[in-house]
Amino acid sequence: MATLKELSRVEERFVGGHRLCAGCGHGISVRMILNAVEDANVVVGCATGCLEVASTIYPYTAWNCSFIHNAFENAGATISGVEAAYRALKKRGKIDRDFKFIAFGGDGGTYDIGLQSLSGAMERGHNIVYVCLDNGAYMNTGIQRSSATPTGADTTTSPAGKVIPGKQQPRKDLTAIMAAHNISYAAQTAINNWQDVHKKAKKAIEVEGPAFLNVLSPCPRGWRYNTPDIVQITKLAVETRFWPLYEVENGKWKLNYKPKKYVPVEEFLKPQGRFRHLFKPGNEHLIKAIQEEVDSRWLALLERCGETPELPPR
Amino acid sequence: MKSKVALTGNEAVAQAMKQINPDVVAAYPITPQTEIVQIFSSFVANGEVDTEFVAVESEHSAMSAAIGAAAGGARAMTATSSQGLALMFEVVYIAASMRLPIVFPVVNRALSGPINIHCDHSDAMGLRDSGVIQLFSENAQEAYDNMIQAVRIAEHSDVRLPVMVNMDGFITSHAMDVLEVLDDETVRNFVGTYVPEDYLLDAENPISIGNFDMYDFYFEHKRQQVEAMKAAKEVIREIGKEFGRISGREYGLIESYKLDDADVAVVVLNSAAGTAKGVADELRANGVKAGVLKPRVYRPFPQDEIREALKGVKAVAVLDRAETFSTCGGPIFADIRNVLYDLKNDIKVVNYVYGLGGRDLRLEHVAQVFEELENIRKTGRVDETVKYLGLRE
Repeated sequence: MATLKELSRVEERFVGGHRLCAGCGHGISVRMILNAVEDANVVVGCATGCLEVASTIYPYTAWNCSFIHNAFENAGATISGVEAAYRALKKRGKIDRDFKFIAFGGDGGTYDIGLQSLSGAMERGHNIVYVCLDNGAYMNTGIQRSSATPTGADTTTSPAGKVIPGKQQPRKDLTAIMAAHNISYAAQTAINNWQDVHKKAKKAIEVEGPAFLNVLSPCPRGWRYNTPDIVQITKLAVETRFWPLYEVENGKWKLNYKPKKYVPVEEFLKPQGRFRHLFKPGNEHLIKAIQEEVDSRWLALLERCGETPELPPR
Repeated sequence: MKSKVALTGNEAVAQAMKQINPDVVAAYPITPQTEIVQIFSSFVANGEVDTEFVAVESEHSAMSAAIGAAAGGARAMTATSSQGLALMFEVVYIAASMRLPIVFPVVNRALSGPINIHCDHSDAMGLRDSGVIQLFSENAQEAYDNMIQAVRIAEHSDVRLPVMVNMDGFITSHAMDVLEVLDDETVRNFVGTYVPEDYLLDAENPISIGNFDMYDFYFEHKRQQVEAMKAAKEVIREIGKEFGRISGREYGLIESYKLDDADVAVVVLNSAAGTAKGVADELRANGVKAGVLKPRVYRPFPQDEIREALKGVKAVAVLDRAETFSTCGGPIFADIRNVLYDLKNDIKVVNYVYGLGGRDLRLEHVAQVFEELENIRKTGRVDETVKYLGLRE
């Protein structure tokens, strides 16, 4: 595996000048993932969203590789088309260089509106990597809830009101849905652990057939944490088991990180403004319910990974 | 070498696609287009083409994948009808704005609701303003010929736009017709090899496509699309002539049928033009100076040709196989009236909406239209501007 020093010398495919917010997880995730491509050209596909809007304002582009944005819900189909063109042109001897195909979409563009297009692309077996940059809401349009929004989160369409305390439904388990497509590789990763991101990106890129990565990508505007604390907040998501790191390789589930001790989910929720209302006196049961959701998902995951289904020691 | 064959419209289009042998076809089944994808899939399965066929999960994805493929540098196609085209709506605009030469047959079918599977033009008219070139085909022969020319039109450096090739659902798509097909080599030579200008798979020159385009550039980009549409008219004419040299069938933007000395004329698209020509012939035998104008190209709109063709006519009836719900007539009616306004010739123009949801247009319907036009011509009076043909009121 490459060292950080080596990775720092890789020619960047996503470069400065983009207009993502300070402390946005997207730029970090994209750079880390693209740096894992060795000896190949890349075509990036992108769903409509923060990443596309902030990186391609005409006549500029922050992409130092070929890039296509089509619409919101069709990054999966669009990158399939480019990959089909690659196979056709290569077969007919019109191009000879090697290419990798990587699509990025936010959770809105992936969990929700783009799910069908993504599912189709995965089922058809294109040699592509689809990366979901999950920041848990439609941040680009102003923080509306998606099916990736965590239970209890205050968003502009699941506001913490006098009667309803934020989002009422648990998150959709997209990584498991993608794994259920029996694709070669599906994994969940987070940017606090660059080695985990790099390893998984490399596997996803190098495996034959479709691969899926779900990357937790914090949004300082939507989550309302102290902007410089992005790595810390991501780490808390992993340590509290809100966002477990795991992979499914050829149908085999594997847990990649096991927290040493039981860190209550409160630790992840507390620094974030979107969960502030949960900490008002009388709302203890809401946090308790979130904790139960996290714990039961963790146990189910351990079981799938063939591990003893137990919570970390307190 | 040409050979006479009996094919349905769908078979003729699939045959053209086989001879073109595009790099990528991404498609989804929908009545009455389904046969095209089915037949083409069998060409792929039997190695008669080496196209990458992408059997997508929706029409939205069909056009999206075609966009990805065309942006990648491939000659890409899709095909659809009705609801499929409606589902594609969003991305058809994007294909046009990206200036991607995607050719896609549309087998015209009524839009839901209520759900219906038969012919009208509401699907194509819905994409009238999308920036794609729209060709219409009277019969299987024209559908076949249009498909082959569409590739050249779409890829021409002055144009670079998607081309939609329309034919009437069931009436043309499923009816057996006698037509002349060209041999593979002639078609292959005619369409040539696609040489993309800027494309994603050009390793030396990476590009960004589909950028975020604000008020400082969006307007200019839309204007450039208009320029491409304008240029397309000459390109369509040139390619229509060149096609005439290999096939004996020359094409322009419109077909003028007995209009030179006509007093009364019907304007109509696709298969109904055949019906109208038949009626015009009969009326001519009885001394009525009847003619028919069939726009082959609807977008871009051939206003000069139409104005020229209709300038001597006293009364015109525009037949629309689509409703606009404007309560002042169908889409083609609005265009034709607009074009004739400049002539200041006091040509009376009336509109008939016909054939919605596959309702038959019979010879007697067209005869009735000509009769009413004759009355208008004689009296100079129009009682009702917009009427419905073959409808129970």
